[in-house]
Amino acid sequence: MRAAVVVDARGLRCPLPVIRLAQHVRDLEPGTVVEVWATDPAAAADVPAWCRMRGQEYLGSREVAEGDDGREDGPRGDHTAYVVRVVAPG
Amino acid sequence: MANPSPEAPPGAPVEPGAGPRRRAVLDAAPGPLHPVAARTLAAAVDAGWADPRRLHAEGRTARRLLDDARAVLAEGLGVRPEEVTFAPDGPTAVRWMAQGLSYAARRRGARVVTSAVEHSAVLLPARHDAAQAGDRTLARVVPVDRLGRVDLDAWAREVAVPGTVSALLQHANGEVGTLQPLGPAHEACRAAGVPLGVDAQASLGRVAPPRAFDVLAGDATSWGGPGGLGVLVVPDRTRWLLPGPADPDAALHGPSRHLPWVPLALAAAEAWQQTAATRDSDAAEAFALVDELRAVAAGVTDVEVVGDPVDRLPHVLTFSALYADGEALVREFDRHGFAVGSGSACTSSTLEPSHVLAAMGVLTHGNTRITLPLAAVASDRERDVRAFASRIAPVVAAVRAELGATHL
Repeated sequence: MRAAVVVDARGLRCPLPVIRLAQHVRDLEPGTVVEVWATDPAAAADVPAWCRMRGQEYLGSREVAEGDDGREDGPRGDHTAYVVRVVAPG
Repeated sequence: MANPSPEAPPGAPVEPGAGPRRRAVLDAAPGPLHPVAARTLAAAVDAGWADPRRLHAEGRTARRLLDDARAVLAEGLGVRPEEVTFAPDGPTAVRWMAQGLSYAARRRGARVVTSAVEHSAVLLPARHDAAQAGDRTLARVVPVDRLGRVDLDAWAREVAVPGTVSALLQHANGEVGTLQPLGPAHEACRAAGVPLGVDAQASLGRVAPPRAFDVLAGDATSWGGPGGLGVLVVPDRTRWLLPGPADPDAALHGPSRHLPWVPLALAAAEAWQQTAATRDSDAAEAFALVDELRAVAAGVTDVEVVGDPVDRLPHVLTFSALYADGEALVREFDRHGFAVGSGSACTSSTLEPSHVLAAMGVLTHGNTRITLPLAAVASDRERDVRAFASRIAPVVAAVRAELGATHL
């Protein structure tokens, strides 16, 4: 399943992935599923923690190998996709 | 002793008529040497420089001073002097604690149980040894709850697994302050016939020393002593041995085979006596100050105070601010005259966030850690804490503004 919204935070260091996520979620309808793509190891702890602190639903994560995303732009290489369902208004 | 405080940096707040504001040290891990221990250290440099193995008068003096230091520490820790042995520092004491338990049991197995929030001196060697042995399951890391407390049911199950030869658990976590349930954890170990090594690097001198252990490791800096001295307690009943040849000076060195520089041991013993004499009142005051800080930090938007609010070290506080950068927080507090710590990735050399915060499932970015110094080394501790409290909200706001993260 591909999420409706992708926040590409690859190559960004903490706390920027979570800031980008929060900025996007502000404009989204409840129920929207968002994927955050990040290479920063801190995102593994911080995306779920953000969901808990801000009342959003954390759905899990998956590892994505280089080339899987089918996009040519942005930094290449392995990353993790963190999946979030918007519950509360951003 | 000359005042070694660094000059206040440009831009530090100035108190009317008081010159540049003095520095507030709120990152006392390690903290400054206790002033009485500093005087003892200076005196011991003159009196206790000799090799305590020598038979001449100078050597005999050094030997007597070392024996005195060991006796003081033994009494304070509730053990016999022969059970106290030394290491070059706290992390080495912790590594030796683990290594000695494993090596003594090497013919029975190699499985080690520990918690996810142990010091890296526990976790890294355990994982390394397991990887070297080609079996990563030999290092079992038991999870902790949101407060950082080890899961006792999982702990009891893990220590009971056949082939387990040692268990390693901290007395308290130095990053978030949470005290571990050592009594029940030790019970589970005893029921399984597995010795428990306890890392008390964060707690000695701040709360009563633990009684539930089979080996204990600590660092003299935690009670106001000098750097460069780790302490191990190896009771007679515990099977503990480091690899290597037998020690011809075992009576002097104890089981670790390490001879500390005598002035360091003497200064550590002096610091212990000084700190133990005021421990309860110092801890009560620090506990109340940290309670105040916890309340102030928790009142800032999107700031989470982590660790156990009650069952904790008296002097440690950690909070994490959403949308803030730990390195920038440390820099900004520093600019205002406050030395604080952080477990955020950007403040570590490895760019990995604190494994303690990650294991607890709390936010790792925007982290600020306070470790209050002993009142004996920071006479204005209370004033420093109040001044810091008033700075939390504005500093967090300033750092968020830098990142363009103000209306999230």
